[in-house]
Parts: sequence; C-alpha cells; structure tokens
Amino acid sequence: MIAIVDYGVGNLFSLACSFRAIGAGTEITRDAARIEAAERVILPGVGAFGDAMDKLRATGLIPVLKREAARKPFLGICLGMQLLFDRSEEYGEHDGLGLIPGKVCDLRADLSDKALKVPHMGWNSLDIRRDDPFFRHVRAGEYVYYVHSFYAKDCADDTLATSRYGNVDVTGVVRRGNVYGTQFHPEKSGDTGLRLLKAFAEQ
Amino acid sequence: MLAKRIIPCLDVRDGRVVKGTNFTGLRDISDPVELARYYNDSGADELVFYDITASAEGRKLFTDILRRTAAEVFIPLTVGGGINTVDDFDRVLKCGADKVSVNSGAIANPALIGEAAKKYGDQCVVLSMDVKRVDGRFRVFAKGGREDTGLDALEWAARGVGDGAGEIVLNSIDTDGVKQGFDLEMLDALAARVSVPIIASGGAGNMEHFAELFAHPGIDAGLAASIFHSRQVDIKELKRYLRGKGVEMRI
Repeated sequence: MIAIVDYGVGNLFSLACSFRAIGAGTEITRDAARIEAAERVILPGVGAFGDAMDKLRATGLIPVLKREAARKPFLGICLGMQLLFDRSEEYGEHDGLGLIPGKVCDLRADLSDKALKVPHMGWNSLDIRRDDPFFRHVRAGEYVYYVHSFYAKDCADDTLATSRYGNVDVTGVVRRGNVYGTQFHPEKSGDTGLRLLKAFAEQ
Repeated sequence: MLAKRIIPCLDVRDGRVVKGTNFTGLRDISDPVELARYYNDSGADELVFYDITASAEGRKLFTDILRRTAAEVFIPLTVGGGINTVDDFDRVLKCGADKVSVNSGAIANPALIGEAAKKYGDQCVVLSMDVKRVDGRFRVFAKGGREDTGLDALEWAARGVGDGAGEIVLNSIDTDGVKQGFDLEMLDALAARVSVPIIASGGAGNMEHFAELFAHPGIDAGLAASIFHSRQVDIKELKRYLRGKGVEMRI
C-alpha cells in the first residue's frame, strides 16, 4: 500500500486515481500508524511553502515522515518536493524538512529574459542528468506538466533531471537515498507521468 | 523547452457534448468521457469542460462526468460555466478539476477572483473573457457574448491578473465561428498588457491558423471546439505539422 499524506493541502483525487490506473493501491491518510505500515509514502502539495509547512506541523507527522523517509521509498510532488529541502525563500524564510540539501528560490529572479512568464506553466521536456531506476519506463526528452513559481537550487548532487526554461535549468527530479521528488505533477503528465509513478511503485 | 499547448473545449449540456461531433471510431460521439479519452490519446495537452447546463439535475450529471473523466484521463482539466462563488470552485475541484475558469461570475462579483486565488492559488484561477470591438476599443461581453458590460478588456484583464488570475482565455467574438484565423491583433494587445499565460480562442479554421498564432511569442495555447470535434483538424496531425514549422510541441 502507498500512503498519500493528507495534511489539508492539494487535491488528492487525481493522485489516487493515477495509482489505481497502474494497479497500485493507495490510502489517503494522516494516521501515523498507517504511514508506518505503508510500503511507500507520497507527500503531495500545492499552494505556498510556509502555509503548507504550518499545516504539516499541525498534523504532528513531521517526525514520522523523517523517520519513514529513511526506511522506504518516499516521493514528494510539486510543493511536496520543495518541502523536502532545507529551506524556502517564498514570502520570507521558511525551514523545510531538511531531507535533501538545497533551497527553494524565486524562479523569476533567476530568469534573464523578463518576458518569460512565471508561473512556469505547461509541458516541458525532461533532460535526464543521471540514470536511475525511476526512469526505467521513460525516454529522455519526454514531456511532463509543471505549474510553479519557485524552484529548488544548490542541489546538483541530488538532481536526476531538469527542464530548460529560458536560461534556467529547472530542477525537475531529485533523489537522495530513498527520497525522491518531482517538481512537475506526474499525475497530470499523461502516460509519461503514469510510467514514472509505475517505476516508483516498483522501487 | 516549454511547449505550446493545444486545447480542445467540450461544451456539455445535461451530460452530453453539444457541439456537432463527427467521429466514426467512437461508440458514443456525444459522451464527454469517451471524447475526453479520445483527445487524450490524440495528444491534447489539456481539456476544457464547459458546463452550459441550467438545471440542478444537469449540474449533477456534469460533476459525475468530471469525476469519471478525472479517474482515467491524466492531463490538466479546466472547468468553466456556472462558476459564481467559491463554493462552485470547491464543487468542481473536488471532482478532479485542476483549474477553474470564471467569466460572467467574475463580472457580477469581481471579488471572486481574489477570494478563489487566495484559497486555491493563482494557478487554479483562469479568467475567461468574451471580447468584441466597440468603437475601436476592446470591450468585455457577458452572458455568453450577448451583453455589453462596458468594461475595457485590457483593463479588466490587468485587474484580474492583479487579483490573482493565473491564466487568461481570450475569446474574440469578432473572429469566433468565422474560421478565418485567431484574432491576432486583440491577442497581441493583451499579451503586451499582462504577464500570465494566454490561451487564444475563436477563429481557428485550419492548421495554418495555429502556425500563425504561435508565430506570436506572447501566446501560450490555442483552444478550439468544432474543428476538432468535426475532425476538420486532427490534433495528432496538427502537432506534427506545427513541430515541422519549428513550434515546440509535446508529441
């Protein structure tokens, strides 16, 4: 069973449906015992970093998530991926979970072409930087769906794939040990996204 | 590289797609779920479901369709039609919509955009506008294009983006249904005014019209209904054609 952590952030319906489509069972939960019993854990999220960390803290699950991340495959998606890092600069400085070294910064500040739109919204191609079992069912250059205004940086050692936007290589997939993160939404990335989730479910 | 998007729009009334469809391979050509699956397989980058139902019963059918579509089509879904309150946002987001488009509802209650953006994020709120030239100005029309609101379209768009709209659908009443191409002059004026993604709607009649559209760098996506439903333009073929013209496309 794959536990999808429910801390009141994001729409979990599509995520549960996409795992069902690849034949993997999920449970949407905020129960520590269920997360401990799960084979894998998904940390979803949309919205603002500080607000999401506050809500996660309020569930009391942070120590559980940190412990489980060391023991089983763990995937953060979109804002859930950003929360894996040390800290974020979105509307002030906020501490993250610290599972992956690096920080989350304003994408606009790093774009040299100010005509480029932020949020970075739509389908962008994946440049695979390091081979990994996560990519066993996809090819380099496949497109995935992004919607975000902040991105992870100073995390090159743990970056598996990026997507080019203007002059910036946006961090697309990260991995450190058991802990994976995707800035894009695999559950909204069509067949490519399903194949990535399948690879995660097989880890 | 970020790809330009091709978006078919499905108008749904009482649980059925209303605009003329002309598919031979499908079991039920006016079943929205079947059509959504077909478009997903054809390479559509996103789907727009527009609810033109008036009755409560029809509205329930619509949310059922949404839920069934979201359970098997894993690309972004935008929902519009009858969105007047934050509760309406809630209703469709719970059924699997990713983005919600507001039109007349935001004209009647301009605070709606800000309230929804605060609750669900800018990326979730799409401002859709029906615009027509009146005395040489771009004017916003309400009620499906029947009522002149007197609002200046560029002002209205800038205000909507300021309040938190994360994307704009610009439907030109002047070019809609004529199939002579998108309203590039109107679209350029909007692109010069706002910095969020712009989805062009109204006027697509053939593949060349999309190539002309994407020669304008400020435009992110092209939306159409009848030319896709009637198979005058096949999405797979359109995307290959555009890629051949040097337009970044997800294929």
